[in-house]
Amino acid sequence: MAKEIKELRVEHITKRFPGVLASDNISLSVGEHEILALVGENGAGKTTLMNMIMGLYQPDEGSIFINGEEVKFKDPNDAFSAGIGMVHQRYMLVPNMTVLENVALGLKESWKTVVDLKMVRDRVKEVSEHYGLAVDPDAYIWQLSVGEQQRVELVKTLCQGAKFLILDEPTSALTPQETDDLIKLLKRMSNELSIIFISHKLNEVKALSDKVCILRHGKVVFEGNTSDYTPKQIAAMMTGHEVETTENKNAPVEGEPVLNIKDLCVKSDRDFYALDHFNLDVRAGEIVGLAGVSGNGQKELAEVINGLRKVESGTIEFMGKQIQNMTPAQVIKRGMGYIPEERNIEGIVPSMSIKENIILKDSESSRFSKQHILNNKVIEDYANKLRDEFDIRSPHIHVPAGSLSGGNIQKVILAREIDRNPKFLVCVYPIRGLDMGAAEFIHKQLLALRERGVGILLISEELEEIMNLSDRIAVIFKGKNQKVLMKGEATTSRLGELMAGVGD
Amino acid sequence: MSNYKLIYRITVLTAAVFIALLVGAAIIIAVGGNVFETYWIILSMPFKNFRSLCEVFTRMIPLMIIALGICVSSRCGINNIGAEGQMHMGVVAACAVAFAVQGLPRLIAIPLCILAAALAGGAYGFVPGFLKAKLEVSELLSTVMLNYAAALFYNFCIRVPLRDPNDATGTPMSARLPDNTLLSKFFRGTSFHGGIILAILLVVVIYVLLFKTTWGYKMRAAGASARAARYGGINVPKYLIIAMVISGACAGMAGATELMGLQTRAMENITSGYGFSGIVVALFASLHPIAVIPAAFFFGILLYSQVNLQILTSVPPNLVQTIQGVIILIIVALQMIINNPYSQEKFRKRFFKNQIKDIKEA
Repeated sequence: MAKEIKELRVEHITKRFPGVLASDNISLSVGEHEILALVGENGAGKTTLMNMIMGLYQPDEGSIFINGEEVKFKDPNDAFSAGIGMVHQRYMLVPNMTVLENVALGLKESWKTVVDLKMVRDRVKEVSEHYGLAVDPDAYIWQLSVGEQQRVELVKTLCQGAKFLILDEPTSALTPQETDDLIKLLKRMSNELSIIFISHKLNEVKALSDKVCILRHGKVVFEGNTSDYTPKQIAAMMTGHEVETTENKNAPVEGEPVLNIKDLCVKSDRDFYALDHFNLDVRAGEIVGLAGVSGNGQKELAEVINGLRKVESGTIEFMGKQIQNMTPAQVIKRGMGYIPEERNIEGIVPSMSIKENIILKDSESSRFSKQHILNNKVIEDYANKLRDEFDIRSPHIHVPAGSLSGGNIQKVILAREIDRNPKFLVCVYPIRGLDMGAAEFIHKQLLALRERGVGILLISEELEEIMNLSDRIAVIFKGKNQKVLMKGEATTSRLGELMAGVGD
Repeated sequence: MSNYKLIYRITVLTAAVFIALLVGAAIIIAVGGNVFETYWIILSMPFKNFRSLCEVFTRMIPLMIIALGICVSSRCGINNIGAEGQMHMGVVAACAVAFAVQGLPRLIAIPLCILAAALAGGAYGFVPGFLKAKLEVSELLSTVMLNYAAALFYNFCIRVPLRDPNDATGTPMSARLPDNTLLSKFFRGTSFHGGIILAILLVVVIYVLLFKTTWGYKMRAAGASARAARYGGINVPKYLIIAMVISGACAGMAGATELMGLQTRAMENITSGYGFSGIVVALFASLHPIAVIPAAFFFGILLYSQVNLQILTSVPPNLVQTIQGVIILIIVALQMIINNPYSQEKFRKRFFKNQIKDIKEA
């Protein structure tokens, strides 16, 4: 077992990547039982800094001290044995193994000729009782919800004897309820541990942390006690300018629906009805927010509108034509735009360049190709134009789109979808995991699109986002449209009840 | 691709060759051969005179054509292990058509034979492509199985329908192809034949197809991320099938050139394993049609050395195949290093310090 960590301090850390100064002379320290929130926009260098503390990268300059002694971590194992544990943004769990087996993977003591699962079970029991972290040791990972998987990650890390936790955006995939639970849990754990957590969400930073440290462009621009500052002040320091919430203050939209969904029944991948006689309509120039806890049919709804999933029964009418069971190409041709949930693997082809991703839906249009021969010059100019207009931060348009940060990937997708002049846009969790600057940008773009008379279906879990942007708000629960509220009628608590399936 | 990345790739591939040669050296010692002598023969004999260089060029022809087809299928995300079978089918078709077009002018007869081979190989590639696209049958299984079927069908053809009626020796083979279907040799006394024109032409065609046309763009998108391609309205199954047909057609044409340029009759073992070597060439070329040329040259040298080793040393010529196998393993391993951004970064830091400054200043 590692010694207690009374203080972790990094001094003058600098790290360079090709064309980027990821960390620029960073110094910070975390004391015993302290919770430090590390905030900053995407690409500010938060994850890089944490990866250096974990020994995944070595700093080019500067050093790391634990309890005043300098340490050099060659790889994560060194960091583990010093008592530092990290829970990554994407969980490192094997889906078809049980919780116990996953914990055993990280626990070298249990690696005997036969894995000593009994010892692992005792350790898991001890840790989960001690910290109040309930996990079922025999459940398979694939059976668990995202929140439960996160608890498994925490248990795994704690079983390795971590005295110091690093959490990279722990709440980015959690529902509001799970987030509250996690914050309570971490508060309790801070009686015995020190924690660094990375976050974009300033209300969580306020609720949880003792100290806050703001990174911008690889530099520490601010460090102080959380309680002395309001979220708004922190946001301003993070982005370098005042942040206003983007709000849709327009009058309700009249007119005929451009998208009309009637009695739609759709099966999920696991063969149950994900949409069960679902009804919804959206008018031109209107944003309809669809609130709901994820997994209630949102994914299937977005896919079925875009021709990516089969309709069992019911109709989808788009601009007067029924489009159910058309191919994706046919739906795209009719002017449907789609910002998918999985932006990294569905919204872009990760290994292809920004330039090539920009024309993903339009390679055959007469603008970009003649007789099937691509017009490279036009495509390049167009990609450069969009890169400037949408402020896509990348060295040039030839870098693989998958190498960009989440916010910039979303901007690539948005640029492509908006600039092809869609008649309608389906938008799924558009700002999930994005920083405030990027989120603000995307919301402004959506409102501008609304002004142009485009109907938008905004699917989100973030009630604040839905309430700020929507003209009308629908709530989905178990594949059914619970109720449609006008903007003025919706409150967080009312939506929360509807999302939980409580009718009114 | 930026400068250092290209140099990085070349360095890693060169390292692959050296490691393979080292492993090969261990094997040579194990069989009691002389390492330096063996390697000297492998590397110097092709350059000893013009005739032997032409032998290397001759071997490049089928290697290039097959590798180009593999570039298309692999970039579209389907692994064509069936080039061997598609090549067999190409030989059968070219051979059958050659006897049918007897008497036609060469300029018509030769393209007809090659076209027939392309169609036959393409059709044979269509089957696993269709099975994969519509029924999700693993192409690894189906192509390997179809290889056996094609080899047996070929052996049947040269014993029964295509068999040389005037042969008295009992060797299973076809008659010599009519003169108007034979590819001419470039130089008297060498084996270097006109198939190279087709190979070079195909380099250009496949390069343009993959990187300059919307079809190639869609195939690459489908191969790189089928899900994103589907989202973008690309008919992934359709392009999968097209890519397999092109890949099979290439292998079929490789069979035609081997038949019409070199062997002049369909006989046993006509494919000489090119269907598999071609895959290695494509991998070695990082699936880039232009890089296929140097890669095929290198493997041409290796394959040609089998002949010399047999004549000049006690080292078994199978050694060359062993080295090929070692190179496949090493390349597959090195692909990971090549694609690893961190080792790229380390490499750049060590050798391209100046460029960092440039970037910072810019």
